[in-house]
Amino acid sequence: MYRYDQYDHAMVQARVEEFRDQTRRRLEGKLTDDQFKPLRLKNGLYLQLHAYMLRVAIPYGTLNSVQMRKLAHIARKYDRGYGHITTRQNIQYNWIKLEEAPDLLAELAEVEMHGIQTSGESIRNVSADQYAGAAADEIIDPRPWAEMIRQMTTFMPEFSYLPRKFKIAVIASEADRAALRWHDFAVRIVKNEAGEIGFETYAGGGMGRTPFIAFKIRDFLPTSQILSYMQAVLRVWNRNARRDNIHKQRMKILVHELGEEEFRRQVEEEFEHFLTLGEDFPQAEYDRIAAYFAPPPFETGLAEEIDRSDPAFAAWVDQQVVAHKAPGYAIANISLKPIGQIPGDISAEQMDLVADLAERYSFDELRATHAQNLVLPHVRKQDLYAVWTALHEAGLGEANLDLVTDIIACPGLDYCSLANARSIPLAQKLSERFADPARQQDLGELKIKISGCINACGHHHAGNIGILGVDRKGAESYQLLLGGSGDEDTSQAKIAGPGFDEAGIIDAIERAVEQYRSIRTPGERFIDTYRRVGMDGFKEAIYG
Amino acid sequence: MGDTLRFRDDPVPDEPAVSLDAFLDQPDAASVRIEAGDDVRRLAPVLGRLKLAEVDFPKFRDGRGFSSARVLREMGYAGEIKATGDVLVDLVWFMRRCGFDSFAPNVPFNDDDVEAALTRYPHVYQHAADDLVPIWKLRHG
Repeated sequence: MYRYDQYDHAMVQARVEEFRDQTRRRLEGKLTDDQFKPLRLKNGLYLQLHAYMLRVAIPYGTLNSVQMRKLAHIARKYDRGYGHITTRQNIQYNWIKLEEAPDLLAELAEVEMHGIQTSGESIRNVSADQYAGAAADEIIDPRPWAEMIRQMTTFMPEFSYLPRKFKIAVIASEADRAALRWHDFAVRIVKNEAGEIGFETYAGGGMGRTPFIAFKIRDFLPTSQILSYMQAVLRVWNRNARRDNIHKQRMKILVHELGEEEFRRQVEEEFEHFLTLGEDFPQAEYDRIAAYFAPPPFETGLAEEIDRSDPAFAAWVDQQVVAHKAPGYAIANISLKPIGQIPGDISAEQMDLVADLAERYSFDELRATHAQNLVLPHVRKQDLYAVWTALHEAGLGEANLDLVTDIIACPGLDYCSLANARSIPLAQKLSERFADPARQQDLGELKIKISGCINACGHHHAGNIGILGVDRKGAESYQLLLGGSGDEDTSQAKIAGPGFDEAGIIDAIERAVEQYRSIRTPGERFIDTYRRVGMDGFKEAIYG
Repeated sequence: MGDTLRFRDDPVPDEPAVSLDAFLDQPDAASVRIEAGDDVRRLAPVLGRLKLAEVDFPKFRDGRGFSSARVLREMGYAGEIKATGDVLVDLVWFMRRCGFDSFAPNVPFNDDDVEAALTRYPHVYQHAADDLVPIWKLRHG
């Protein structure tokens, strides 16, 4: 994985000192709260209901054991002994003291980590396929490009105060494990007929109160022109977006108002201009970065067979283990969704354990996923039993990847000042309702996503079953949505009908799930059945 | 108007700035006032007589002025670009990189804060409207 050189270190350290100075000026009253707010947001510090939250960037979801142990240390020293993996492959701490934040950021900088541009109106941490470098189906490892984009988009002078946040994703396979088209800007690495690597580019996606699925803006962009192209997109948006209504300033709104054709025309015009400035990074810089992502020294001649005599282990392998590109190796997913627990939460002790496993069994690599789980990307098949045993003993051995209890949930009203309803207790109760492993297996792939307000941090628009918390005359209420997807077959979920209280939404989901069971054809997933029969095929079962 | 912080040696243009529309209409105007929503590309045919562009920030979170300054520099304009309005010292570094070379903020800056802001970062990751060499170029000589 990428390692900082002296330049990267110097930039992050300068940022820590800048924020230390800004925090001092705020505490001395020389900056107003209004002036300080965007500065702290651009360093990941967000004010929630009870305390500051710090969001730490995990660039494209990749980290090593030293970094994970530092995250555990941060959890113990500055928080309450745990952290929370987010839907953008980052980690959040919920109980941070402002006056301690500069020291915390200085500790993170020691292990090449930071909170830069993880919040506020900025170009956010780049997300990517969590199986990058390991997936059997990728064209190339997308992470060198993700790292290039990270450096290109860090401290971009012209785009210091964008109209809103800007989210980027990078993948390199047909399968989409990064919710590509729900991003403001995204690239899929492709090969053209001449065998050259390039980018298929997408623009204008996003969730929130006005969801849009990104449209394909270009079939093939030469990789060497990516900075010019991104600057063109950003400039068209920065100059033309509304600034009078924060809810209408995301790029998706501009794309929608201009229309795809006009937006594309303006971007292409600006792109031609940027190409003349000669600002693109050279091939040598890509080569330098790509060298850090060279495949680890995989052993050859390893055993392919896995001893399945322990049925609990066999069940875990069937659900959590994915094909790896190297013979004898496997990708092992670690569920952060134990039955009845908070989705994405991980204790400091569990972080330490996972760090140990990565160091011992996975070439020192870990990944965070947008579904709020972790991945050991390069495990020898012969080591899977040892890995599972350790995970199981630490409460991380759940076998529910992409099943009904693998729920995505935002922090909701338990933490967040924007929320209308709680997400976490609902996720916990749903998880308990569907806990039976045999039932989960029978239901198959079924992605439930819960947001506690219309800002959609829990990706409810992309849920096979989405839940949206709303405030209904002062009481928490939940709307039920069906038919969303964040995969390569991206679709936006639709509202089924009137909302429910907490007990009611759980029963309604059970009725929808049972309806699926009763009408599915062999091999059909929940989303397939929904697409075949539509909302009408579910409505009566849900509402009677 | 408060104190102006200026990074130029030439005489200060003394003519009051007029709106973009007025500037385009008045063949002898030399100073223009750019509002946040103005398209500075309209100045291309008359850049030769432009001596001062005042780019206004109605609120510090409105970042359109960053693009306006940089586009002016990309068009070859070498005269003064002044940031006016709700301009905060924490923006000065990025503004300098976009081509601003004078500042007339609503609330005057503290000198030490300006010094700190302009010397904080030892390097830059990208090209901009200044002549700083990006990190990738330093890496590859």
